[in-house]
Amino acid sequence: MTAVDDLITQKKVYTERKKPMTPKRFGMKTIQYSLLAFFTAFFMIPIYVVLVTSLKPLREISLQTMWELPSTIDFTNYVLAWEKLAPSLGNSFLLVIPGAIIAAFLGSINGYVLSKWQFPGSNLIFTLVLFGMFIPYQAILIPLVQTINQIGLYGTIPGLILVHVVYGLPIMTLIFRNYYMSVPDELVEAALMDGSGMIKTYFLIIFPISIPAFIVGLIWEFTSIWNDFLFAVVLTTPDTWPVTVALNNIAGSQIVEWNVQMSGALLASLPTILVYIFLGRFFLKGMMSGSLKG
Amino acid sequence: MIKSMRRHWLSIALISPSLILLGVFVYGFIGLNINISLTDEVGLNNSNANFIGFENYIKLLDDPRFHIDIFNTIVFSLTFIGVTLALGLGLAILIDSKIPAEGFFRSVYLLPMAVSFIVTGVVWRWLMNPATGERTSGLNLLFDVFGLDFLINQWHLTPTWGMLGIAVPAIWQMSGYTMALFLAGLRGIPEEVKEAARMDGANEFGIYRRVIMPMLKPVALSAVVILAHISLKVFDLIIAIAGKQIALDVPAIYMWQTTFDAYNFARGATLATYILISVALFVIPYLIVTNRKEKV
Repeated sequence: MTAVDDLITQKKVYTERKKPMTPKRFGMKTIQYSLLAFFTAFFMIPIYVVLVTSLKPLREISLQTMWELPSTIDFTNYVLAWEKLAPSLGNSFLLVIPGAIIAAFLGSINGYVLSKWQFPGSNLIFTLVLFGMFIPYQAILIPLVQTINQIGLYGTIPGLILVHVVYGLPIMTLIFRNYYMSVPDELVEAALMDGSGMIKTYFLIIFPISIPAFIVGLIWEFTSIWNDFLFAVVLTTPDTWPVTVALNNIAGSQIVEWNVQMSGALLASLPTILVYIFLGRFFLKGMMSGSLKG
Repeated sequence: MIKSMRRHWLSIALISPSLILLGVFVYGFIGLNINISLTDEVGLNNSNANFIGFENYIKLLDDPRFHIDIFNTIVFSLTFIGVTLALGLGLAILIDSKIPAEGFFRSVYLLPMAVSFIVTGVVWRWLMNPATGERTSGLNLLFDVFGLDFLINQWHLTPTWGMLGIAVPAIWQMSGYTMALFLAGLRGIPEEVKEAARMDGANEFGIYRRVIMPMLKPVALSAVVILAHISLKVFDLIIAIAGKQIALDVPAIYMWQTTFDAYNFARGATLATYILISVALFVIPYLIVTNRKEKV
């Protein structure tokens, strides 16, 4: 399997000579760049409004001047949004960090077994595991809430962690299995020759070379758990709300001004945006594995 | 695969925690959900639920609210999938044709993937503010300033067709991702193939139409399945933009409300099964086709 993200980010090697700039080509280029600029504007418009609004002093806040730049930079909106969202941002971190680590670790073990230690029926099991990626979660929601309730984890962060770990397993297993498929069997065989067992081989040989897959897997889980709303809204109570639920709640209320909502939206998405900006390559890789075989 | 004579029990033991969890949480719960949908379970005290067969399924087909849901889902899905595919392909072609700062444009178009539907919804509800006259704001105000008054509209509050407004932020969120899928497809096509077509005298447009497009079919199929999967269960985006309004109702919201606000578990489970079936209609044929190709 080719690494799809490499295809996307690679620089193309062009063999042809540079074509002379004819009027027709000039026209084509103009259209092309106009379109690129137009779509850049389309994608940046919400970000512009969020930034501009969130930095305005309170007296300049008005829906009719939402496109205008602030006269001075003022962080009052952020202070107000922080007061509203700080507890839920904390909950989100308490949820995402263990959730992502456990899901990635279990996915790594599954991937190791299903690529290097296949047994009769293991391909069928892999397919059955993958199916979990494709179900709409509504289809399991009612029994899920009932079960989490019965085992006493309703309204708790560990309960929500459990749920995210379980439904993260299919994609984590897929990411790690595909990664280990490209690791030569000889590496594992050599460790076995030296007397290591299956588990020791995992920790001595496989785990240390899995760092790239772990980065991809952890980023995927981080982003999808952070951005989840459905599980959180049915399984948490106000004191365990993650930030998506808390943000939706202040957006739905009439009391919280829209400028505070905009600052809140930025606070709520800052962690995932920072991951995207600084680890974009790995982010892309995870997204592509989400599309099955790429 | 390691050719070893070891017993397989250790392999199975190592993956069994995951398998048990998935067995219960995926297959067990789907079964339980279907089971609930075949009863008249209502209210929190569900000790005396009776088996009533497919009655809930039949009853929903006569439910006016479910009719609105189906209409809204179709309007939303067709618009969202159609525009997102076209835009994704268009952006991929624009970016693929040797431009400087390609990485910049790619990153900008993909950025919405990093944020949640809730954040997207919270921001877009202000951009799609339908107020008129003195109070005009959001994108309508921008249209007004640029003299594009014919574009001014009621967005998601347009009677009957409000879902078209909901589709706008969904398109904003997903077209960069679709672009990335197509870009991977475009770059997977060997340069020699295009070169050969050029030798045969095809112009750039002809190459796209006759050579590149047919080779992008598998990518387009993946994209349709992924987008359909998203649109059939759309939920958080609508909640964040509009809350619970009957005009913008979809099966996932109806399911949520009837289950967790009205405690009508039987009806909620039935709606959930309908959503599962609609998604399966796309996903299962897709999985079969992809699997068959893998084996060749």
